Amino acid sequence: MTPSNTSWLKKASISTISLWLIIFALIPTLLVIATSFLQVGENNFVVFSFTINNYQKILDPLFFHVFFASCYLASITTFTCLLVGYPFAYLLTQFSPKWRRILLLLVIIPFWTSSLIRIYAIKILLLQIERALRVFYPDVSILYTEFAVLIGLIYTMLPFMILPLFSTMEKLDRRLIEAAQDLGATPLQTFTRVILPLTIPGIIAGSMLVFLPVLGLFYVTDLLGGAKNIVIGNLIKNQFLVARNWPFASAASVFVIILMAMLIFVYVKSVNKFGGGRYEKI
Amino acid sequence: MTQKIIELKNVGKNFGNDKVLHEINLDIFNGEFLTLLGPSGCGKTTILRLIAGFETPSSGEIFINGEKVNAIPANKRNVCTVFQNYALFPHMNVFDNIAFGLRIKNMSPQEIKTKVDEVLQMVKLEDFAQRKPQQLSGGQQQRVAIARAVVNDPLVLVLDEPLSALDYKLRKDMQIELKELQRRLGITFIFVTHDQEEALSMSDRIVILNKGNIEQIGTPQQIYEAPTSLFVAQFIGEVNVFSGRIEEIQNDTITVQMANGSHQFKCTHSHLQKNDKVNVVLRPEDLQIYVDNSKHTHSLSGKITNIVYKGSTVDLLIGLENEKVVTVSQFFDDEHHQQFAVNQEINIGWADGVEVILHDT
Repeated sequence: MTPSNTSWLKKASISTISLWLIIFALIPTLLVIATSFLQVGENNFVVFSFTINNYQKILDPLFFHVFFASCYLASITTFTCLLVGYPFAYLLTQFSPKWRRILLLLVIIPFWTSSLIRIYAIKILLLQIERALRVFYPDVSILYTEFAVLIGLIYTMLPFMILPLFSTMEKLDRRLIEAAQDLGATPLQTFTRVILPLTIPGIIAGSMLVFLPVLGLFYVTDLLGGAKNIVIGNLIKNQFLVARNWPFASAASVFVIILMAMLIFVYVKSVNKFGGGRYEKI
Repeated sequence: MTQKIIELKNVGKNFGNDKVLHEINLDIFNGEFLTLLGPSGCGKTTILRLIAGFETPSSGEIFINGEKVNAIPANKRNVCTVFQNYALFPHMNVFDNIAFGLRIKNMSPQEIKTKVDEVLQMVKLEDFAQRKPQQLSGGQQQRVAIARAVVNDPLVLVLDEPLSALDYKLRKDMQIELKELQRRLGITFIFVTHDQEEALSMSDRIVILNKGNIEQIGTPQQIYEAPTSLFVAQFIGEVNVFSGRIEEIQNDTITVQMANGSHQFKCTHSHLQKNDKVNVVLRPEDLQIYVDNSKHTHSLSGKITNIVYKGSTVDLLIGLENEKVVTVSQFFDDEHHQQFAVNQEINIGWADGVEVILHDT
């Protein structure tokens, strides 16, 4: 391929991607931001007059309750995913490259099915378990509890924790572990002083990839929690589709976007601090 | 003789069906600079890893300071390693890297500070204590890796091709520095390299390995001047090999029938017998060139086919009558230094005793 051809191809692909992002990401986001400053009209639709009322409503105790409740669910989900995902990802790295690929594929395969369908499946599964358990313990209830919601969230989000953890652990130089042992460190000391600090970027990335989406995963709480435990996603969805309060829903969305942007900023900073440029000079 | 610090007894190592080491027997003495030398895949790094405790032997026994260590993990052995790519902890600065082993031992902060400062001074990196490894040059990283190991006062320091990532000039400097460091510390260094020159210039003893077997153990001089196998002769430096058959042995004179006639050598190799197939090995720098036809004890005639200028020497490639090509190195400080030309007819000679006669196996 001639250089001019390559540059033409490059320009074409970059402009296609840019156009895509502008139409489907930038413009909708700008519309949401704009809507968040508008008012609700008589006919349950937006009225073009400026207000910051919607943001004041965010400070409302009701909204805050939802916010903290969803942060609580997201935190427990993130923490459990980390607790399960970290040793899992570490074990993955201990296999031969061939087995690693196969096992990694097993982690990824569920993605090929819509997560909505998988949550329905979990719902049915939990229902069956509940029925079976009720034979022995008549009072037990699983479905439509916080516990069921957490199971659904953890099940959905676990791969998002495993994948970034695995990729940082795979990059971890085995000789560093040997060096620690060589200098007298026990396996536990090697873990706390070398492996853990060097996998912090993966921990942060995984935690973000789990924590942030959980705030918006409305259908998990809808289906498994019976709308008793709600996340911000439920609130936004309800405001948009049920209450028809687009401006407030937009303001809540902007709030979540800002929260995510802040967390991503912290992530980038911390990656630079902990692992940035690790292999640059060697 | 000084005391044995490491003893390998019939040590073998397999990786799956791959036999990497065969029945290695090796004694390493306190305070020596021992080099494991061989081509890649010869098992030298495996021996190092067995001593450091990163691998367990498939058979045989390893003793460190008289204690059998087969089942003792790396973190319980008083052996420290300098890794090939240094393996410095990227999340720690130079000070913390060096202090790692001392902190594991729960030393007091003051004690750690004193010891780390001491080794930092030794490796001339006092001003770099707060730097991260990735902010250092290759040579500086190398020194940190050495400092991190020696600060623990190990019984033995093992170094896995520590200089291979450095450029030529720096490598030369580090060779001298390492040797000096070893003399100063008085601890045993086990050094792995595939660089013959490095091995010759640094070691007290060299172990030549080939395909998981020890070919020869000896001082650099013994290895270079009296190789016991063709592999060693060819691996260390350049050689000209003439194959032949022993025609006659009389007292201390051996007559070898070679492709270009019979030659007599003064030799005391008692293991040689009449009709043995042998290889006569001659180093290029031991050969001399005569332009005149004056008779010399040993002489071969031929024609110069190529002249390779090498700076301190000039190598002449000489095609003998039987079309064998011989390399002769000429030093410029030779009294009878002369200009040669391609296609010039010359004679090659050598002094008695410079040759090595090896059994053809």
